[in-house]
Amino acid sequence: MMYVSDVLQAFNQYRGDSIVIPGRAGIFWVEVSTRVNLDLPLGDPAMGGYAAFALGVALALPKRKVVLFDSEGEVQMGMNILLTVAEQRPANFFHIMLDNECYATTGGQPVPNAKNVAYDVIARGAGYPRAFAFTELDEFAAALPGILGEPGPVFVALKVHPNIQNQPMGKRPRWMKRTREQAIQDMQRELGISR
Amino acid sequence: MSNAVTVQLSPEVVLGELKKQRVTHIVWLPDSETNWLYLLMKAEPGLSLVAVAREGLACSTAAGLAAGGKTPVILIQNTGLMESGDSIRGWLLGLSVPVVLMVGLRGWTRHGVTQDTAAVYTEPFLNAFGIKYYIVESDADASRIEVAFEEARKTRRPVAVLVADEYHGFNH
Repeated sequence: MMYVSDVLQAFNQYRGDSIVIPGRAGIFWVEVSTRVNLDLPLGDPAMGGYAAFALGVALALPKRKVVLFDSEGEVQMGMNILLTVAEQRPANFFHIMLDNECYATTGGQPVPNAKNVAYDVIARGAGYPRAFAFTELDEFAAALPGILGEPGPVFVALKVHPNIQNQPMGKRPRWMKRTREQAIQDMQRELGISR
Repeated sequence: MSNAVTVQLSPEVVLGELKKQRVTHIVWLPDSETNWLYLLMKAEPGLSLVAVAREGLACSTAAGLAAGGKTPVILIQNTGLMESGDSIRGWLLGLSVPVVLMVGLRGWTRHGVTQDTAAVYTEPFLNAFGIKYYIVESDADASRIEVAFEEARKTRRPVAVLVADEYHGFNH
């Protein structure tokens, strides 16, 4: 079992100039990233859609690596996008899923069949050409260069400790430093994309 | 001699409008209203088709494409539009995505009486989200597609085109 912040630190060494969509790990990623204009921290726009959003970015920018930190609750809700990703086969898409086995932002209730889902097997079955699963940080860190060095799409399932939040929404710390639209505009400006 | 007016929206005309708007990607889930359009789109080299298995994911996919500088169109049926409610809220409205949704208006009838609740709830659904829409029934209405694109770009919001003609003639 890994800590999300350790996972992100390990990844950041190999980030290069990839676009990073930190998903629900955004609260940690904003403290790690040193290339914020290539980040798309969007918070929680609508649950279940992160992989589809990242797929769209990857298809739009095929020469740029796109790395998504998804979560198992998101994947469960929008699982059928795995089929679309596999069909589109974006070689620049790196789909990393943080599996804390619960809905951490609603108090930590378990997701369906929380401890018994082989997400890497599901991804492979959906048609991802490469899929991995790790429970230990050192094994993940050792495999990262190979995972990121080969063409995507690739799916990586990681077992992580939950960061359970139980406070009312209004009392939670606000970690987003930019609005969603501002983050997108910053990335577009960085890449010379006209709106 | 019949007085009936032949009302038809030809897929070639719709495709022409999409090309005029420099659409790059069609994010879609098949429906009975737009099947013939699909066959044409598939043969069009300048268009990329991205098929999804649930319509809400078309919204987040299109949001990502737009963030990356592309011009997607979402092509779904009104049943799927209603399934997409939270994704429309969070991904399209929340990220200010200037995208056109071309929505097959299943159950629509010219005389306005329908037994199909898909048609009954479509316009109230769009109104609840404050999404402007244009009904396109025949080739004569096709210029409204351009209006929808202009509106989306100007307002940076999703705008709907309701395809109120089924190519298979279900409504006639």
